[in-house]
Amino acid sequence: MSDTRAIALTVNGQPRQATVETRLTLVDLLREELRLTGTHVGCEHGVCGACTVLVDGEAVRGCLLLAVQADGRRVETVESLAPDPTHLNPLQAELVRHHGVQCGFCIGGILMSLTAMLRDTPRPSEAEIRETLAGHLCRCTGYQGMVDAVLALAAAR
Amino acid sequence: MIASASRTPEGGYIGAPIPRREDARLLTGRGTFVDDLSMPGVAHAAMVRSPHAHARVGRIDTAAALALPGVLAVVTAADIADIDKPWPARMPSPVPGTRLRHGARHTLPRDKVRHAGEVVAAVVAESRALAEDACDLVRVEYEPLPAVASAAAALAPGAPRVYEELGDNVAVHIVQRVGNPERALATAPHTLRETVRVMRGGGHSMEGRGVVARYDETLGSFTVWDATQQPHAVRTMLAYLFDLPEHQVRVIAPPDVGGGLGPKASVYPEEPLVCWLARHLRRPVKWIEDRHEHFVSAAQEREQVHEVEIAFDGEGRLLALRDVFTHDVGMYGALVAPVITACTVPGPYRIPNIYSEVRAVYTNLQPSGAVRGAGRPQGVLVMERMMDRMAEALGLDPAEVRARNLIPADAFPYEVGMWFRDGARLTYDSGNYPELLRRALERADYAQARREQAALRAQGRHRGIGVAICVEGVGLGPFEGAILRLDGRGRVVVTSGAPPQGQGYQTAFAQIAADAVGVRFEDVDVVTGDTGAIPYGIGSFASRVTANAGPAILQAGGALRDRILAVGAHLLEAAPADLEIVDGAVGVRGLPDRRVPLAQVARLGNGGTAFGMVMPGGLSVGLEASAYFTPSQAGYSASAHVCILDVDAETGEVTIVRYVVGHDCGNVINPLLVEGQILGGVAHGLSNALYEEAIFDEQGQSLASSFLDYPLPSAREMPRVEMFHLTTPSPLNPLGVKGAGEAGTLPVTAAVAGAVEDALRPLGVRVNRMPLNPGRVGDLIHAAAGSR
Repeated sequence: MSDTRAIALTVNGQPRQATVETRLTLVDLLREELRLTGTHVGCEHGVCGACTVLVDGEAVRGCLLLAVQADGRRVETVESLAPDPTHLNPLQAELVRHHGVQCGFCIGGILMSLTAMLRDTPRPSEAEIRETLAGHLCRCTGYQGMVDAVLALAAAR
Repeated sequence: MIASASRTPEGGYIGAPIPRREDARLLTGRGTFVDDLSMPGVAHAAMVRSPHAHARVGRIDTAAALALPGVLAVVTAADIADIDKPWPARMPSPVPGTRLRHGARHTLPRDKVRHAGEVVAAVVAESRALAEDACDLVRVEYEPLPAVASAAAALAPGAPRVYEELGDNVAVHIVQRVGNPERALATAPHTLRETVRVMRGGGHSMEGRGVVARYDETLGSFTVWDATQQPHAVRTMLAYLFDLPEHQVRVIAPPDVGGGLGPKASVYPEEPLVCWLARHLRRPVKWIEDRHEHFVSAAQEREQVHEVEIAFDGEGRLLALRDVFTHDVGMYGALVAPVITACTVPGPYRIPNIYSEVRAVYTNLQPSGAVRGAGRPQGVLVMERMMDRMAEALGLDPAEVRARNLIPADAFPYEVGMWFRDGARLTYDSGNYPELLRRALERADYAQARREQAALRAQGRHRGIGVAICVEGVGLGPFEGAILRLDGRGRVVVTSGAPPQGQGYQTAFAQIAADAVGVRFEDVDVVTGDTGAIPYGIGSFASRVTANAGPAILQAGGALRDRILAVGAHLLEAAPADLEIVDGAVGVRGLPDRRVPLAQVARLGNGGTAFGMVMPGGLSVGLEASAYFTPSQAGYSASAHVCILDVDAETGEVTIVRYVVGHDCGNVINPLLVEGQILGGVAHGLSNALYEEAIFDEQGQSLASSFLDYPLPSAREMPRVEMFHLTTPSPLNPLGVKGAGEAGTLPVTAAVAGAVEDALRPLGVRVNRMPLNPGRVGDLIHAAAGSR
C-alpha cells in the first residue's frame, strides 16, 4: 500500500488538484483520475513512448514519472492540440494526408514529441524527424507516413 | 502518396486514395480503445501466473490476498467449476487423412501448468494496483516438472509430455507430395541441402490484449468489450463455456483496437475469467494486459527448423523440392502457421516434384498462433535461401535463376498439387510473377546495383543484394457478412463482423458501400466487430477481410439500392428504372426538380405512412439488405522485394541502403491504405530479419520479456521503402481483390538473408538462421573463418 499526497498541477491549461497515491504514475493520473484517455500505456517501462506528454514543455514518459513529481508543473496532453476532431492542427492534418496513423494507439505520445521538436526546430531534416520518432515504437506504419507528414509540414513553413 | 478526398476519374470511390475517416478522433485523443471506455463501477482484475513452464499445481492459498482491503475476489480452478470444460481445438487439420491430436486445455489448469505465464488464479480488486498487490500474496504450491522448450526437445525419446494423454508431443504430422520427389531427387544432376532455422517472435501490438465484461442479472446476459480480432469466435467460446445461447453473449471489439498482428485472433483464459468475475461480483470487471504479460502469455509464432533439399538441372531449373520441418506449437495452438508454411515454400516457381513433411509439436512454451505472416515468411525464407544457393552453385545471377523458374503469366489458374490451410487445393487464382520480378529489378536499378557492389567489394566493403519473390494465400474464408440499411437520417449504415485494428475499414467499407448503393461517401457510416449488430462473422486475420466483407458489402449494397429505388419510385410516381440517387436524394433522371431526400425515402420505407396504416402501393418494409460472401478458395497475392544493404564485418551491423517492394494484391479499394499495410508489414519483416527474437532457456523461461531485451525497430532503423503495384485482379470475387495485410512482411527475411549472405560471400558466410542481429552476424563471420 501506498501513502497519499495532495498535488496541484496545470493540465492542458486547467488548474487541477488531486490526492494521489505516491506510487501512482503520471499517465495513470491523467487516464484514470482526469479521464484524459488519449495518452496510452504501451509498455510501462519507458521504451514505447505511447505515454509521452509535455511537462513544462518537455516531452517526457508519463509511465516513468510519478504523479507527485508533476506537482506544480504544467502538463500538456494530446487533447490540448485541437479543440475537436473537425479542427485539426497543421501537424495532425498532415498526418491524415500522409496516412501516418493506423491503429492510432501510439499516436498521442508521438504527437507530443513531434510538437516539442517542431517548437524548437520548425524545419527539421528527415534525420532529425527520425531521431525524434525513434523515441517511439509503432508496429503498424513503418513510420514512413509520419516522416512524410512532418517533412510536408516543414516544407510549408 | 498524398491523399486527396476524391472519386476516381471513372466517378466511383473504389480505387480512390481517400484519407481515413478514423484519423481525426485518434489524432485528437478521442479513440475508443478498450481501456479508454468509461465503465462506471468497474473492478480491476490481475492474473496470478505460473513462474514454472511445467509443474504440478498443488494447494493455492488465497487467504492473505483476500484479507487485503480493497480485494473483492480471488478465484482458482476450483471456484470456476461451473465453466470448467475442455477447450475445443481451434481448427481441424485441413489436409485429408491427417488429424490434429488435441490435448485438453482448460480455462484454469486443473492439474498442471504447461507454460511459464499460464494463469493459475485471478484477483479482482478496487484498483489494478491493489489487484497486483494481492497477486503477490497468493501462495501456490508447485511441483516443478522437467519442461520441453523446443520442438527438438519435445521430440526427443523419453521427452516429458505436455499432454500425458497423447502419449507423445506431436500435435500433427502432415506429409504432402507432388509427382515423384524421391526419384527426382535421386536422379537429378544437382542437389543442395540446408538447415534453416527461424526463431519465435511475438505480435507486439502497441495495445496489449484487454477485456471488460458486464453481466446483466435480469437478462442473464453478458456484454463484453474485447480488444480482439475475432469477436464472434469469442462469443461462441463464451457461450459454450457458460452454457448460454449465443444471443445472451454480446462481444464488441471497440471501433479502435490498438493493433492485432495475429495474437488477438486467439481466445484466451482471461476472457472467460473476466466474465465469470463480472457475474460473480455483479460489477463490470476489466483486465488489461501489460507488456510483460504480452511477452509471457500472448500467442507467438515462427519457430521452425527446416531440413530442405532441392534438385535442379544445369540450366538452373528446379526438378524437385523436399522440405521436412518441425513447428513449435507451444502448449496450445492452431495448425494455422505450419500448414501455411508448407504451402508457401513452393512459391512462384514451377516445381514438378514436391515432398513436404511437417511435425507440429507441443512444447512448454506459451500458445502459438499467428503473427503477421502466419507461417508464410518462414516458407519464403526456406525457398529463397535455396534459390540463392542454386544460383551460387551454378554461377548464375540469383535474379536470373528465379526468372527461369517462375510460373508463366498464362498458366493461371495454377495448381501446385497440395492442400492449403483453407481446406481447398493450393491453386493460384491469378498473377504475373515474371512481370513483377522484372519491374522490381528495374525499380531497384539492379544491374547498376551489381556494378556498384563489385566496385565496393574491390574496396573491401561488404555490399549485398537480396532478391525475394513469393506467393501469399490471402482472403481465406469461410465468409464475412454485411448488413446495409438506410437509416432515418437518410444515411447508409454498413454493419460487418470483422473488427479493424488500424486497417481503416470505416473508410474502405464506406467506399465500397457508396459505390454499391450509389450514395456519397460522406453519407455512409460503418459499424464493425459487434456480435449484437451482425449475427455471424469470422474476423480480421489471414489478409482476408476485403476479399470476404468487400463482396458482401457490394452485394448487399446493390440489393439496398433496389429497395431504395422501389420506395423512391412510389414517392415520385415514376418507374425505378428512371431514377437515380444524387446528393442524398432520389430523383428522376433529367428532372432536377423531382427529388425526394433519402431521409424521406427512409421514413416510408422503414416506417410506413403512419402507425396502423397499410403500406401503400404494395411496398414492402425494410430498407435493409444483407449478404454473406463465401469464397470458393483463398486468393493468391504476390510480392517481389529487392534489398540492398551494407554489412559492417567488424560490428555485425546491417544497414539497409535501398529497399524496393513490388506488390500485387489484385484490385485496390484504397491505395493509401494498401501502401500503409505494406509499409507496416515491411517494418515487421525487417524486425524479424534483424532484431526481434523471443528467447527461452531450456526450462521454458523467457529471457527476452521487455523491449530492452526484445528490440523493435524505430524510425531511425527503418529505411525508406520504395513501392510499386502490379494489378492482376482475382477472378474469385466480384471486386477482383485479394489481400494486403501481411504481404509486406513475407519476403523480408528472405531478401535480407540473401543480401547478407551476398555481402559476406567473400568471407564464406552461410546464412541459415534468423534474426541477423549484430551478434549473430558476428557469429556467422566467425564460424565462416573457422571453417576455412
